[in-house]
Amino acid sequence: MITVTIETQIFFAAALFVIGLIGLLIRRNIVFMLMSVEVMLNSAGMVFIIAGSHWAQPDGQVMFIFVLAIAAAEVSVGLALILQMYHHFKTLDADALNKLKDTENESKNLN
Amino acid sequence: MEIYLALVPALPLIGFLILSLTGFRLQRTLNAVVGAGSVGISALIVLILGIQFLSSPPGSGMLSVRLWSWISAGEFAADVSLKLDSLSLVFIFVITFVGFLIHLYSIEFMKNDEGFVRFFAYMNLFVSSMLILVLADNLVLMYLGWEGVGLCSYLLIGFWYKEPANGDAARKAFIITRIGDTAMLLGLFLLFVSFGTLNMDALMNLASLNWETGSVMPVLASALLLGGALGKSAQLPLQTWLPDAMAGPSPVSALIHAATMVTAGVYLIARTNVLFALAPVVQTAVAVIGALTLLVAGFSALTQHDLKRILAYSTISQIGYMFLALGVGAWSAGIFHFMIHAFFKALLFLAAGAVIVALHEEHDIFRMGGLKNTLPKIYLTFLAGSASLSALPLITAGFYSKDQILWFSWSAHNGSLWLWIAGIVGAFITALYTFRMVFITFFGNTVTEPSYHPGKLMVLPLTILAVLSLAGGFIELPESWAHLQLFTHSVQNVLPETLVVRHEISEIVFQVISAFVVISGIWLAYILYYKKKKVAFPAFFDKLGEFFYKGWQFDNLYNAVFVKPVVWISEIDRKDFIDYFFRGLASISVIFNIALTRLQNGKLRWYLAAIAVGIAFILTIAINL
Repeated sequence: MITVTIETQIFFAAALFVIGLIGLLIRRNIVFMLMSVEVMLNSAGMVFIIAGSHWAQPDGQVMFIFVLAIAAAEVSVGLALILQMYHHFKTLDADALNKLKDTENESKNLN
Repeated sequence: MEIYLALVPALPLIGFLILSLTGFRLQRTLNAVVGAGSVGISALIVLILGIQFLSSPPGSGMLSVRLWSWISAGEFAADVSLKLDSLSLVFIFVITFVGFLIHLYSIEFMKNDEGFVRFFAYMNLFVSSMLILVLADNLVLMYLGWEGVGLCSYLLIGFWYKEPANGDAARKAFIITRIGDTAMLLGLFLLFVSFGTLNMDALMNLASLNWETGSVMPVLASALLLGGALGKSAQLPLQTWLPDAMAGPSPVSALIHAATMVTAGVYLIARTNVLFALAPVVQTAVAVIGALTLLVAGFSALTQHDLKRILAYSTISQIGYMFLALGVGAWSAGIFHFMIHAFFKALLFLAAGAVIVALHEEHDIFRMGGLKNTLPKIYLTFLAGSASLSALPLITAGFYSKDQILWFSWSAHNGSLWLWIAGIVGAFITALYTFRMVFITFFGNTVTEPSYHPGKLMVLPLTILAVLSLAGGFIELPESWAHLQLFTHSVQNVLPETLVVRHEISEIVFQVISAFVVISGIWLAYILYYKKKKVAFPAFFDKLGEFFYKGWQFDNLYNAVFVKPVVWISEIDRKDFIDYFFRGLASISVIFNIALTRLQNGKLRWYLAAIAVGIAFILTIAINL
């Protein structure tokens, strides 16, 4: 049986995390961004599992189930927000929602 | 009896506290009762105190009550203690009694004003401060009252604060009197350094024992005190604030800027007469300033259009007479004229206020006219006040007080022919401008119909003051007529006797001359403003009139000499190197601000990237530590 070293396992989890992060940063569609967040969450869960098996402790798996539950809750809230967003703005583009930016630099009038 | 003396200033102060803390909850009637009532009870107590004081004078010539120790630091000690002698009795009588009548009048005058409570609170505070000023037995407590009345004057001139011009007038009054107050404060320091006390009686004793007549110290001290008196009493060269102070409501002009506060300078000089007697130069300066002021202000009053400004210049001019009297050493005559002036000038201001209210805030006398028939009661009382102001012989109180001053300005030990000439010319101008005002305002054709007829609360104080303006002089007849000088006798243990050094010409001659001058002044006013006779004045009269109208251009002069240079220097100062440092700090933070605001671009993914980089950064540090 091929033994997979812990470094490889951690590298796998880190790769998963970076993929999720890159997806989050380059995607403009909010649905894909949410999915990328899920990938990142899974990579974090992956680390728990790896740590649990490495030290032969059940805590890692317990934590993973915990993360899974939270992720499910988070997705439901996130999807509800996305629905509302689409309902209000008729778009799924995250960049289109930029009302919070500093439109007028008032501090320039200080002098 | 002493404790009643403490109640005199305490009652208006309590009134002020009640009104300012709870006044907005109370009904308007109740506020009026508190506002006028506190001063009224004070007046009643003063009346009882005064009768007792005059019928059985205390052995020392004064009543004093020490309330508590106020300041005690090293050698310096000041008590809150009050002293009543015949000089302060005259003042507290005028303050509470005339003050009460003006409060009564104000109830009707201010009845529709939204600042009703505020008005009465300030007025009560004013009465209380003024009473402390004249009852204080040391100069520190007096200075408290002195600043208190200055504050109330500021608050009440700017009472209708929504008009920016009123705020300007209030600030002008405050700043100009502050110039005088600074001089006075330096005078107090000088006196304290010299004698180690500021108790007035002790100070006067020490001064007369230790200082020689005419030496530097008394001259310096009295000149500094005179500075304070000039500012407060609006005398040359600090007179410019009083005409603008007419921005306040008419009762304020009557109480503060005619009857009481502006005569605080007269009180100060009379109170410290020992110092002024030790400094003959300064005393002569008082007389000369008084004589000049009465002429300058009199000519200005001659050309004004605004009813209240005429009265304001007239007040400056009449206080000039008081200074003239004090300067020539006729102390009791000066104080007597103060009392009579308080009666008739308060009356004139209140009557003018009634006219202005009746004509919808119309101040210009040329848009009045014919009010004799439409406002007969106001006309009669105004006429009584005007007769007293122009010193109509025999029947008015103003004659008895002003005539005394004119006589002493020649005959007293400090008097001279020039001072008398200034006084008599002033008397002519006074009669002329007073009856110019009467004829234009009350005679001729009706220009505006009155929309409001003053009720009982306004007419009653006017009537009482009118009676006092006419009959008040009979307590002090000229010495050449009869031995009836009640006023002089009652103040003679406080104020030095007036020394008459010249007898070559009898007093009767002076009286006949001044009577003639006054009547010819009224006659000239009759010709010019009642008959409206066209007189071909020389061309330069217009320019001269314009010059007088602007108050002898004192405002422009001060603007050019003081205000403009200060503004110019501060314009330059705006760019000095210290400012560069602080402006540099400001621009650096502005640059940071701009850089940081660029980051807030509204792009969600940028924020995410920033968070990721930040976390990576923190983790790197955490791992490497």
